[in-house]
Amino acid sequence: MAIVSLREALNQAIDEEMARDERVYLMGEEVANYQGAYKVSQGLLQKWGPKRILDTPIAEAGFAGIGIGSAMLGLRPIVEFMTWNFSLVAYDQIVNNAAKMLSMSGGNFSVPVVFRGPGGAAHGLGATHSQALESVYSHFPGLKVVMPSTCKDAKGLLKSAIRDDNPIVFIESEVMYGDKGEIPDGEYTIPIGVGEVKKEGTDVTIVSWSKTLAHVVLKAVDVLQEELNISIEVIDPRTIRPMDYDLIVSSVKKTNRLVIVEEGWPFAGVGAQISHEVASRAFDELDAPVERVTQEDVPLPYAHGLEIRSLPNLDKIRAAVRKVLYLD
Amino acid sequence: MATLIKMPKLSDTMEEGVILKWLRKEGEKIKQGDVLVEIQSDKADMELEAYDTGVVRKIFVPEGGKAPIGGLIAVIGGPDEDISAVLSGAPAVSAPKATDHSRQTAQAFTPSFQTTATAQSSGGRTKASPLARRLASEFKIDLSGVSGTGPQGRVVKRDLEGLLSDKRASVPTVPRPSVPGTFEEVELSLIRKTIAKRMIESKATAPHFYVTFEINMDPALTFRDQFNNGKETKLSFTDIVIKATSEALMKHPHVNATYLGDKMRQYHSIHIGVAVAMEEGLVTPIVRYCEKKSLEQINAELRDLVERARTRKLKPDEYLGATFTISNLGMFGVDEFAAIVNPPEGAILAVGGIVEKPVVKNGQIVIGHTMKITLSSDHRIIDGVVAARFMQDLKMILENPASLVL
Repeated sequence: MAIVSLREALNQAIDEEMARDERVYLMGEEVANYQGAYKVSQGLLQKWGPKRILDTPIAEAGFAGIGIGSAMLGLRPIVEFMTWNFSLVAYDQIVNNAAKMLSMSGGNFSVPVVFRGPGGAAHGLGATHSQALESVYSHFPGLKVVMPSTCKDAKGLLKSAIRDDNPIVFIESEVMYGDKGEIPDGEYTIPIGVGEVKKEGTDVTIVSWSKTLAHVVLKAVDVLQEELNISIEVIDPRTIRPMDYDLIVSSVKKTNRLVIVEEGWPFAGVGAQISHEVASRAFDELDAPVERVTQEDVPLPYAHGLEIRSLPNLDKIRAAVRKVLYLD
Repeated sequence: MATLIKMPKLSDTMEEGVILKWLRKEGEKIKQGDVLVEIQSDKADMELEAYDTGVVRKIFVPEGGKAPIGGLIAVIGGPDEDISAVLSGAPAVSAPKATDHSRQTAQAFTPSFQTTATAQSSGGRTKASPLARRLASEFKIDLSGVSGTGPQGRVVKRDLEGLLSDKRASVPTVPRPSVPGTFEEVELSLIRKTIAKRMIESKATAPHFYVTFEINMDPALTFRDQFNNGKETKLSFTDIVIKATSEALMKHPHVNATYLGDKMRQYHSIHIGVAVAMEEGLVTPIVRYCEKKSLEQINAELRDLVERARTRKLKPDEYLGATFTISNLGMFGVDEFAAIVNPPEGAILAVGGIVEKPVVKNGQIVIGHTMKITLSSDHRIIDGVVAARFMQDLKMILENPASLVL
């Protein structure tokens, strides 16, 4: 087991897959000469040369479209968005071409492209550069949405994403690139669509993913277990679509209570979909209505004090956990 | 100010209590320290004394009636005091949240009725969580009789837990086939329900295994005769087995232990519970600190405990909190049997009868006396070899009983 940063884990995944399959290439803004805006592609230009590590102009719709076209013709592109906020410029390419091509071509053209980059809020980036877009992209049939919360998962899931024949939306987090964690030695992958129980518990299940899980929920769980003398089960679905409902439902059958914590907005959020599925599959197991913790329903404020109050935090998670346990 | 008398928690496993006898009637005066009522818990009969001087203004639960822990059973107040606020809240007697306090003042008590409204309070429909509904249907519980502690009186899982544990213990999970002929159904006593619950808990959570040894009892027979010769107190074999077990447990702390999930607790003292049969079930009075007591002390204590167990006069600390249990069915002609571990203890010793039979001694068949003992162990903390070594030592002590008086 080696300890690496999350950016190194992603770098290893890209590097190993480029060695494994010569059709794999990386393109995006500043990925080559500058070594990546967040240094995920450090050293790759030197190793693989300018034919496989390509700098693009600031033109997301253009290079997303080039990626999709090259994937249809047999290459396996990794398209980096400097942040997922900029993907909105390429939204039409992703949802109309990448997501629908296999279906609309009668199965003739698959689109094995990986779109990746950081999503969600960092610190003080303002409303347009802080968006958690997983609920938007997971809305579309034809796209898979992957969101790792650890270094091990980041590497294993990115390798699976590159090998997948479908378009993948792979959402990382700016504030997680420096997170350190153990990764297994040697070759491994983590399957898309399979969640993980991060921590077993008996009284309430919390589902969360990515940065919100790693930086907010796990810390809150330590505090609340002590403070409320309860045992919390934590589930990381790791993939937003396809969602590992079976894992969540089996946990709710044990704890009878569910809290979903996500960074996105409440309306039509990922948690709303999970909540429906659990109500449908495990209605008779619920002892309390499912609770959700989300970002406040406003464009994210720039001011620090308002930003931390708008995002999911310990106080909001405490209130939700107390509510499903009828502790108030 | 009126004092509310609530059903006290008389044992760790008690969920409700039965009113046996009111020693004061409504309107009668009572002094602080006087016995107000006799209550039957799942283990024993207890007397509840008044904490205040005053008049018994109201009795809510008649003799023979039941109330859950924390349920209001009576009010003591001044002779002319207005207790209408308390009386208006009385119907919730079966419901209020259990508390560790057996009394509260009226002022503190009244608002709690507002927050624990009964489930059917709005519009006649019983509000219950989906899980509570499923459990109620599975265990045939009428939800309209249950008070909910959730929002707007919603019945939630915790409101059913007491009822469920009783039902789980008593209701078979497979449909009962109909049997021709007539029958009668006997209401289970609290003791019976507690036994049912705890034995299921033990078998369901503690993986049992059993180790049986045959003991040569000739030395013990001789020892007992010599020991009792000319004395008033007559040692029983149970006394000898208790003392011998205590000595063996001192050498094997693994067997004198409790499983705690991620650790086990090994006790430094030996508290041996002895199963005593009563009409309604059994109770296990405890001989405490056996390692520090002589055979005579154990004999005297056990005699007193058994006598009071049979008349239900034991106090909770006299039957709760053993570290090991011994069950002796030898006097009923049982050769050998295997007992169920009494949780949270780690092991139990089942003692059979002493039988006269041919045994081989120095290559010759002679008449001897033997007794079979079986240790049931919780495999989560006790392994086969540990159990076997404990039993080897116990056998050695029982076959050399003189060491017990050294």
